[in-house]
Amino acid sequence: MIKFKLNGRDVSVDVPDDTPLLWALRDELDQTGTKFGCGVGQCGACTVHVGGRATRSCITPVSAIEGAEITTIEGLHPEGEHPVQQAWRDIQVPQCGYCQSGQIMQAVSLLKDYPDPTDEEIDGVMGGSLCRCMTYIRIRKAIKKAAAAMREEKSNG
Amino acid sequence: MEGAECFSLTAPAGCRAHRIGGRVIKRLLAGAVGAGVLGGLGFLYYAWYPPIAPIERPAASSFSAEQIERGRIVAAEGYCAECHTRTDNGGGPELAGDYRMDTPFGAIYSSNITPDPEMGIGTWSEDALRRSLRLGVSRKGVHLIPAFPYDHFTKMTDQDISDLYAYLMTRPAVHMPRRPNELPFPLSLRIFQAGWKLMFFTPGVYKPDPSHDALWNRGAYLAEGNAHCGACHTPRNIMGAEKKGSMYDGAVVDAWIAPPLNEKNPTPTTWTEDELYQYLRFGVAPLHGPAGGPMSPVPHRFLSQVPEYDVHAIAHYFADVDHAAERQGHDKAALARAMEQSKTDLVGPNTLDPDARLYQGACGACHYNAAPTPVLGRPELALNNALWLDEPTNLFQVMLHGLTAEEGQSGVAMPSFYNALSDADMARIAAYLRRTRTTLPPWKDLEKKAADIRKTVKTIPVNSSH
Repeated sequence: MIKFKLNGRDVSVDVPDDTPLLWALRDELDQTGTKFGCGVGQCGACTVHVGGRATRSCITPVSAIEGAEITTIEGLHPEGEHPVQQAWRDIQVPQCGYCQSGQIMQAVSLLKDYPDPTDEEIDGVMGGSLCRCMTYIRIRKAIKKAAAAMREEKSNG
Repeated sequence: MEGAECFSLTAPAGCRAHRIGGRVIKRLLAGAVGAGVLGGLGFLYYAWYPPIAPIERPAASSFSAEQIERGRIVAAEGYCAECHTRTDNGGGPELAGDYRMDTPFGAIYSSNITPDPEMGIGTWSEDALRRSLRLGVSRKGVHLIPAFPYDHFTKMTDQDISDLYAYLMTRPAVHMPRRPNELPFPLSLRIFQAGWKLMFFTPGVYKPDPSHDALWNRGAYLAEGNAHCGACHTPRNIMGAEKKGSMYDGAVVDAWIAPPLNEKNPTPTTWTEDELYQYLRFGVAPLHGPAGGPMSPVPHRFLSQVPEYDVHAIAHYFADVDHAAERQGHDKAALARAMEQSKTDLVGPNTLDPDARLYQGACGACHYNAAPTPVLGRPELALNNALWLDEPTNLFQVMLHGLTAEEGQSGVAMPSFYNALSDADMARIAAYLRRTRTTLPPWKDLEKKAADIRKTVKTIPVNSSH
């Protein structure tokens, strides 16, 4: 039995130690917002937060996150109103939408480190998050919009 | 007249000169044999230890709570539970032994040190424990194999041993046998261990160095003694003894490199007292990175559970061993250089380099940094030991295993790239990092080395076919 915190709740899963975290989230805990992409940590679709850091869940064994705090797209904001999610909707970023939860989780992580990111910084950090619909221009735009909103939120206290 | 016939019983007269010589030789031989016999007897006398009478396991009430607590700290600072708890075959109860150690001479299994009278040390008196730690001899008088680092424990004080005894004797007794050792004959004869001692072992309690202060001496006492740092970080000779002249030069342990702890440590920024303290206490040093592999339990399982003063003392001692004070003048420039390289990786221009793109896709989403200092959750590879060691061993180990949330920095994890990166991919990333983030010559035969390290992974960390 492997115990950890998922989106603020204590959860436990009874699966083999070497089960990918992604399988535990989707198949055991019904959190299907996180997607399977390449399965080898090269596309970013399965990105969740482990201890607040963007982490590829498809190649992270569930035993490795015992006791850790996991945040998935479902836990980012109770009503789906995180500034990055708002910006995503406002700009109509997704086309097929398959990669977007991973993109959003990576973007939230990015904005913690770079509250006002340049294009290059966005490209650098988001370089491991692939979008086959080529919505990169809109992803960049949404990240900047969310960054501005978050900075404003902060300055307004 | 000469040759073999002069040495026969019927040797002709012409052999006189030889016979005179022969008499001398005989006397010498007799002397040598005599000395040999005496030496042999002497050796047996040296090697022989009487059994110490078994006792009834002392009642827990015979120890004070304070003493048991002090003993807990001694046990933690000596990492007893690390090598006396089975990790294969589904793991075992704490301190019940049967932990498998693969030595160059064959596999050996650690002893049960719970107070079980048959399987453990329940019949051991405090004297017996003291003798085992100080001289490497069991209660029954059997020489212990020096995988049990009594060459360090010999430095422990009576008080620490007494406290440790109180702690061990009040643990739950576990009636569990251990597997027999797999040492080949004649190494399996314990008399050989006595010969080893004669050559390599200097018994004796730690003697404080009056030229240093109390903190330094506390650190040295722990590091050289109970905490037995040299057991992994000092290279060993072919007989398995720590090389006296190479103290803390670094060594290979369990297919990982235990890096040098002296001035030979190659990281671009110095291991200062503060960096050492952060690393030993919390498992991650801001300017060096996380503790991985066999080092990980040292902070997380043990040194986070002992008085802060002791961890400060060890850090203080090693900051002296590695001459941090004389070397840290370069740290600022080294840090600036590392951050500049990291930034170049982040913002380019390098997108036409296929190795850079491979690195960025697999690693870059986490390992990015920018001035002025790296962030704890994003270890800066340009500053990490793994890139600066002579071999890519540790870099490959971390790629293959990842790091669990318990290891390294608590609460964050690195995925296992065992199934995600081929040997060729791992080799390309290693070459790329070595080229862009260090000032050292390239590593050689990377693909083969990646394959070799992959073979040492006993349990593949992640399996997506469930």
